[in-house]
Amino acid sequence: MKPDPNAPRDRSLPRLAAAMAPVLLLLILLPTFVETYQIQLVTYGLIAAIAALGFNLLLGYTGLLSFGHSAYFGLGAYTVAFVVQRLGPHSMEFYILIGIPVVAIASALFGYVCVRHTRIFFGILTLAISQVVYSLALKLYWVTGGSDGLRVPRPALLLGLLNFSGPRGFQQFITSYYYYVLAIFVVCVVLMWVVVHSPFGKALQAIRDNEVRARFLGLRIRRFRWISFLVSGTFTGLAGILWVPLNGLTTPDVLYWTFSGEIVFSALLGGFRNFTGPIVGGIVFTYLKTYAVATTEYWQLLLGVVLVTLVLVLPTGIVGGLSTLGLRLRKGRS
Amino acid sequence: MAFLAIQILNSLLYASVLFLIAAGLSLIFGVMRIINLAHGSLYAVGAYVTAWLVGRGIALGLPPGWLFLLLPLGALSVAFIGIVIEPLLLRPFYRRAEEYQLLVTFGLIQILEDSIRFIWGGTPLSADALMDALPIIHIGGLLYPAYNLVVIGIGVVAALALWVAIYHTKFGVLLRATSQDRRMASALGLNVGLVYVMAFGIGCFMAGLGGAIVVPTQAAVLGMGIDALVIAFVVVVIGGLGSLKGALVGALVVSFVRTAGIQFFPELELAVLYLIAALVLLVRPTGLFGTA
Repeated sequence: MKPDPNAPRDRSLPRLAAAMAPVLLLLILLPTFVETYQIQLVTYGLIAAIAALGFNLLLGYTGLLSFGHSAYFGLGAYTVAFVVQRLGPHSMEFYILIGIPVVAIASALFGYVCVRHTRIFFGILTLAISQVVYSLALKLYWVTGGSDGLRVPRPALLLGLLNFSGPRGFQQFITSYYYYVLAIFVVCVVLMWVVVHSPFGKALQAIRDNEVRARFLGLRIRRFRWISFLVSGTFTGLAGILWVPLNGLTTPDVLYWTFSGEIVFSALLGGFRNFTGPIVGGIVFTYLKTYAVATTEYWQLLLGVVLVTLVLVLPTGIVGGLSTLGLRLRKGRS
Repeated sequence: MAFLAIQILNSLLYASVLFLIAAGLSLIFGVMRIINLAHGSLYAVGAYVTAWLVGRGIALGLPPGWLFLLLPLGALSVAFIGIVIEPLLLRPFYRRAEEYQLLVTFGLIQILEDSIRFIWGGTPLSADALMDALPIIHIGGLLYPAYNLVVIGIGVVAALALWVAIYHTKFGVLLRATSQDRRMASALGLNVGLVYVMAFGIGCFMAGLGGAIVVPTQAAVLGMGIDALVIAFVVVVIGGLGSLKGALVGALVVSFVRTAGIQFFPELELAVLYLIAALVLLVRPTGLFGTA
């Protein structure tokens, strides 16, 4: 059997657009009927979704579990902070323009080292490298501010077209920044969709499912994994770049390995076998964590229990569970 | 000279604690093929339980010598937790991909860390009464607490005991058989489930013992387990996952590098350790002594 390689791809983008349109409409209209705090939360959620989306290219599509993605998120955040410190405040576009090459180069370098291994050794190697970055950020305090971190002021958006200095600056910034992040989020989702449905993406999945067979087909496995790592790290790094102006501060916490664990948690919460899983997971995790922190002092305990139960009873995540449920309902009807 | 001797003793002290943690981690991986991310938190539980017991003991007016009997008690309580956790949480995951095992133990970290905070609060818990119970000795004009020598001794004894248990007892044979081929061992009539519980219990006991003997020298604080885990990772990566000799050599390498690092390059001390681990992984992914 030889399916036409172009046929599924031609349909795929419109299908994504159709699926996304109602959600997108809702997200666009959101600021008209919720308060600033909620908008801020959703923005954090979208950023977490971008990070998890990038992470999942490695886990879901390449079959490599990275326990060190905090490194790329943190590097993105710290790059913005360094630019502010050395070159003074600029517009957001400038930060992104500087930040993306930095995280891409870092992912390329670290990835080149890490993809020499798979399975558990890959995980430990990514963890070890992220811990190197973490301990440098913690100890070289005259550059990084140590555990105090570095402050990042509210940037101007659209090359300085939008400025937020007035008394209502904060609210205006949150709303504008929400749309800004939303636009980048949509671009990221479309890009990632194109990547995983491209021949490159198919090759990654072939490697994930059967490495030996993929090698016999002539795929250069290590190079594919490396490029996947590069793309993955860059997406997560972009999330870090977007995160820091919203948070206003970057500390070594975002480089610590437990933060990598949160990214993994997000992807699994949503379901790493589905394209939309990590997106849902990132947003849900942000809400879960925020409300867990708000309701109880022992929010970690709550999160831990949720994680363990989830892995036990819902191994395919929220999206995976829902689609199984949907399939079952459809079968029942017919 | 005396200064050097003290530094070497300090390295050995740190190495014995690290060995206890890493050997437990390595044993669990060797037998069960599970990376227990919560291992560091179990070490922290050992430290907290011991410090709490010592505090109780002092309140009850126990003589200082008796307090030393509380150290194994702290370790045993952690072993008990391990024996409960293994069948309850880990057993459902042996057949599933290793990502899930990592995630469950990651969830376990969060549960254990917050349970510690819930039970003992955020203030550091100290058990320095044990340290004060022993004299301070003179090494070439410098003062050194004798308790530290006890810790080094416990580390050596633990290493020997573990070696004997694994290579010279019938239980050790069963352990190694399960480690090499789980299904074959099971087919030969071995109770693999029991071996797993035992292995996990012993691994947890080692972690708990590490926490118990370290807490008189430094107070138990929140987050100590998470920090300990990544260092234990470095140890087993250098030595080789699943190897007892590796855990010993790795612990020695890490503790000497760290002691030297604190003396000569304090800013890069941690980074150097992780770099060594990354280098070892690149050159010999199974570590210096690993076979996995």
